[in-house]
Amino acid sequence: MKIVVAIKQVPDRDAPVRIAPGGKWIDETDLQWAMNEPDAYALEEALQLKEKNGGEVVALSAGPERTGQTIREALAKGADRAIQVVCDDLGTRDALGVAKLLAAAIKPENPDLVLTGLQSEDIGLGQTGVIAAELLGLPHATLILHVEKTDAGVTVKRELEEGWFQSIEMPLPAVLTMQSGGTKLRYATLMGIKRAKTKELKSVTAAELGADAAPVVVLEQIALPKKQKSTQILPGSPKEAAAALIEKLKTEARVL
Amino acid sequence: MSGILVILEERGGRIRSSSWEALAAALKLGPAQDITAVVIGAQTAALAAEAAAKGVGKVVRVEHPLLAPYTADGYCAALEQLLQNQGPTQVVFPHTYQVRDYAPALAARMGQSLIGDVVAIEDGAVFTRQLMQGRLNANYRHSGNGPCFVSTQAGAFRADAVDALAGASPATITTFTPNLDASQIRTEPGEPFREAAQTVDLGSAQRIVSVGRGIKEEQNLGLVKDLAAALGAELAASRPICDNGWLPMERQVGSSGQTVAPKLYLAVGISGAIQHLVGMKGSQCIVAINKDPDAPIFEVADYGIVGDLFEVVPALTETVKAAK
Ligand SMILES: Cc1cc2nc3c(=O)[nH]c(=O)nc-3n(C[C@H](O)[C@H](O)[C@H](O)COP(=O)(O)OP(=O)(O)OC[C@H]3O[C@@H](n4cnc5c(N)ncnc54)[C@H](O)[C@@H]3O)c2cc1C
Repeated sequence: MKIVVAIKQVPDRDAPVRIAPGGKWIDETDLQWAMNEPDAYALEEALQLKEKNGGEVVALSAGPERTGQTIREALAKGADRAIQVVCDDLGTRDALGVAKLLAAAIKPENPDLVLTGLQSEDIGLGQTGVIAAELLGLPHATLILHVEKTDAGVTVKRELEEGWFQSIEMPLPAVLTMQSGGTKLRYATLMGIKRAKTKELKSVTAAELGADAAPVVVLEQIALPKKQKSTQILPGSPKEAAAALIEKLKTEARVL
Repeated sequence: MSGILVILEERGGRIRSSSWEALAAALKLGPAQDITAVVIGAQTAALAAEAAAKGVGKVVRVEHPLLAPYTADGYCAALEQLLQNQGPTQVVFPHTYQVRDYAPALAARMGQSLIGDVVAIEDGAVFTRQLMQGRLNANYRHSGNGPCFVSTQAGAFRADAVDALAGASPATITTFTPNLDASQIRTEPGEPFREAAQTVDLGSAQRIVSVGRGIKEEQNLGLVKDLAAALGAELAASRPICDNGWLPMERQVGSSGQTVAPKLYLAVGISGAIQHLVGMKGSQCIVAINKDPDAPIFEVADYGIVGDLFEVVPALTETVKAAK
């Protein structure tokens, strides 16, 4: 089974967010970057499928130069080779524009399966995989926790709302967007990191892929959310704050 | 091109409240008479009647035997035909799991891009949605030709705005029968199931201490267990804690877990992602302990302590015990 995994590099979860001058994106200076968590689960699922059924795992990522670091992480964890779509304007493309880039890179690979995370931790539209499926003319399923290869294709476990699940049977090739938490993530081993250096990493530019960039949806301005509710922040040392809180919960909120 | 379509979603034979919220959002884009409510499925008569009573302009039933059970292929094919037929300027959805599954593909099929999970709509069709897990807001605008696709975040618009319309005579209902063929539907969905029997009922708990990724390691859970015991509270968690298997999934609060509304909800090291908030924001009194003063959990908290949970939580446990 040949599997392409689309991976995004996003700001590290604990990184402080500051708005860049101009107010159209965050300030990226000194920012720490990480592999988008649901994409890490997509990669893990791909590696496990390969271990069970054989085949090849190709990591694919679109983004500027720095994305190389996340791609090498995917290679170190066990992807066989990688494709980087080098583009500096990811932030101004809409979901359709980004999916066009990825679909153009995926198409010549003719994979059996395309996996990606269900949404990114930065922009969080949760659409890239679904649109890529549409552009590639492939069936898709979203919010997937587990994939099982069958004779006819795959059986996937899909998460529904409020703790429900559902199985879906589908033919291959197909596109699946993976939910976090379906399995345990592996760490890159020292050996893996060493081997990653010898693996193929192909670069293509957005221009070479010929995917047009004109967005239908434009991000105009970002801002800190306006506070809706006034929270009483209890100051002081942990001890003082704790005492003040318990007092408030007893006498003011009357919930203790 | 004219008019606003709102695609309603049902559960158990009734329109879901998140769909009324989407309808309320549509009222910010145009007057009620310009709004067409769309119900879709294999049997839609009762749903259509429910929608018609709300005083919208029109109701359309998109009905076909192949539209049950839900599949992305079936919904995309049927709704594409409806959109070609109606030529709306805007199409509004509730941001549900089902909508996430098909609306982006439907929009793409029409050369459009969905503005998803919108929390506010301002004059001139400026749509606000959250970035960075709720830490920032971004304003988006649709440009170019073709319909603008929007989905609304659960709880962001008030469903009762729609109730105010009711009382007017019920809207006219028409039926639209799409051309669908079984071969167009490539996936075969199974029946919904639950994983394990529920043994704790967080829904009826009076007090809940809920723990998030800020706790860092499984072995640190003792800290919050002690606090919960001292307060006589049930223990709950954000999703990553249950994903890691540190607590069973039945203790997960949020859109893919339980919905709770205790008197006291004390969130420890939880950032406050929307999928968590929808499960607990109905609590009477919310307390947040977080080292990040800008964490979105403080948006819904009545009381907060900004600080290191490893210092604050033991201090709280001490205080509660000492007061006994
Ligand atoms: C479709 C879908 C469904 C989902 N369903 C759910 C759901 O049902 N329930 C749910 O909870 N999530 C759900 N999620 C996940 C959700 O988006 C968030 O990723 C998750 O809620 C984050 O959990 P958290 O707040 O514990 O972790 P994080 O977001 O990592 O937050 C950890 C917090 O701890 C704080 N912290 C760290 N160290 C300390 C310290 N020493 N002292 C004090 N504070 C500290 C940090 O400042 C941060 O705010 C869902 C996601 C998707 C996409």
